[in-house]
Amino acid sequence: MTPPWRNPWRKPYLLATFTWLYILWSLVPVLIAVQFSFNDGRSRSTWQGFSTQWYCCAEGSVGEDPSLLLALQNSLVLGGATVLVATPLGVMLALGLTRWRSRTSKVANGIALVPLVTPELVVGSALYLVMVNLYQFVPLGLPAMLLGHVTFSVSYVLVVVRARLLAIGGDYEAAAQDLGASPLQAIRTILVPLLMPSIFASAMLVFATSLDDFVVSQFLFGDAANVTVPIKLYNAVRSAPTPALNALATLLLVASFLALLLAYVGLRARRRGERSALEDLADYG
Amino acid sequence: MAEPPHDHRRTTRRLWPALALPGTIWLVALFLVPVYAVMAVAFSGDINLFGEPIPAWSPWDWQFATFGQVLSDSISGPYQAVWLRTASYTGIALLICVVVGYPVAYYTARLAGKRRGLVLALILAPWWINYITRMLAWVNLLQDDGYVNKALGIFSIEPVSWLGGNPLTVVIALAYGYLPFFILPLFASLDRIDQRLLEASRDLGVGTVRTFLHVTLPLSKLGLITALVITALPMAGDYYTNTIVSSSPRTTMIGNQIELFLLQGPSKNFGAALVLLLSLVLLFFMTYYLILTQRASRNAR
Repeated sequence: MTPPWRNPWRKPYLLATFTWLYILWSLVPVLIAVQFSFNDGRSRSTWQGFSTQWYCCAEGSVGEDPSLLLALQNSLVLGGATVLVATPLGVMLALGLTRWRSRTSKVANGIALVPLVTPELVVGSALYLVMVNLYQFVPLGLPAMLLGHVTFSVSYVLVVVRARLLAIGGDYEAAAQDLGASPLQAIRTILVPLLMPSIFASAMLVFATSLDDFVVSQFLFGDAANVTVPIKLYNAVRSAPTPALNALATLLLVASFLALLLAYVGLRARRRGERSALEDLADYG
Repeated sequence: MAEPPHDHRRTTRRLWPALALPGTIWLVALFLVPVYAVMAVAFSGDINLFGEPIPAWSPWDWQFATFGQVLSDSISGPYQAVWLRTASYTGIALLICVVVGYPVAYYTARLAGKRRGLVLALILAPWWINYITRMLAWVNLLQDDGYVNKALGIFSIEPVSWLGGNPLTVVIALAYGYLPFFILPLFASLDRIDQRLLEASRDLGVGTVRTFLHVTLPLSKLGLITALVITALPMAGDYYTNTIVSSSPRTTMIGNQIELFLLQGPSKNFGAALVLLLSLVLLFFMTYYLILTQRASRNAR
């Protein structure tokens, strides 16, 4: 059994208390916001009893307000579409850049990682200016948002899949090719199945990241028909707040946690006792 | 008869670049070109009928009047206060991140066993809760009749107007928002510190404080700087936190100014010039950081 504390001194009660207080501080406000989504009244600061009316079917609830439903639908559609485009693109990029060793691939690799450290404000405004001034054939709205979300997601997929690719090494493909498989066959029958858990996990991470995104969406959404949940929350939080807003936020929370849970299960499937999948997620974050 | 195992190296040589091509084209078209578009708009010299800048796509057409004006307005003009505010809010919020985040990251990194997974999961949780939702949660609590003022009332402290352009709220909201992003890289670096080094320190009779100052802190220095850089970059460009918890001109940060120019007015060239200026400032810190990490990895060898 591992000792619960890896520090040679006595148990640090002060540090432990501090850490737990931090955790409370970071999570309790969100839990209270979730609680108020079940409030039996219009207030978001006074508890008036339990009710699910803000999910359905009171006036202005998520189920009854078309604008809230639309935001939820837009978020889910955008997230799904981003996964469908960004995952294959990122996996191909990871395969290509990892196995193809040349100066060009180094440059391409560098370009692919820059979006990860560029502030969202810069990415968002740059995409907005290019869509308005150069790519006018892409209308602002879901198409432009999709292009934007894929752009920052490709780098995520690249990082996750490449880590696994480097861990696998080149021996399996070499063996397959020695036995007569063509390079494409080796990729399809050997590499892709080996990579499947990380491909799946990166797809789920992309979905959660897309649901979460606010800045890029806000620069590219165009008009009210394409509002996503974060934009809706942002616009409504200071103007017309009812607990329906909290209900909408709670639904978004549930969706991203489901995606994350699946990613966790996917990563766990391939590890057995090596490192915890959680620490893997920590590395990707 | 099976074919003899012939050499696939030729096809492979073309296969890998072909696989990398679509993604590379995508990133060039939707990352590099957009960044160039910011320059084309910032250095534009003409406006169209609607008063909007016409991008100068060729560097030969670049005009630096707008950029020069934004630069001088930033050094001593209307934007000076906005830049100073951005720097001080970011600085104080980062300080809070260090004071709160370091102990938390250290404790989590030194934990082992079942408890470690639980604490790590709880610390990572906010990472995956939508940022706007986390801010929305605070707006609920900070209402004039919200839980925070009710709690203050117990100690008979007058209710505070938290959401009416209070700089303190903005700074705390920034720290709250970015702390998870700060803790994670720091945790990763503290986690790599060899347990035996701490034991050796203890066996040599060194106390906790001196071990921290002479062993833990130097070993986590690079992790600390990474955490600071990773947090500072988005924080300096943040505008939504400010809008949600304050939306008062008294707390405007540079991100708010940029959003205002780009999305709510025709002066897109001013917005683009400010984006460029902000990027240059951040690039300066980023370069410093890269030099630091390179020096550190050279020393390690």
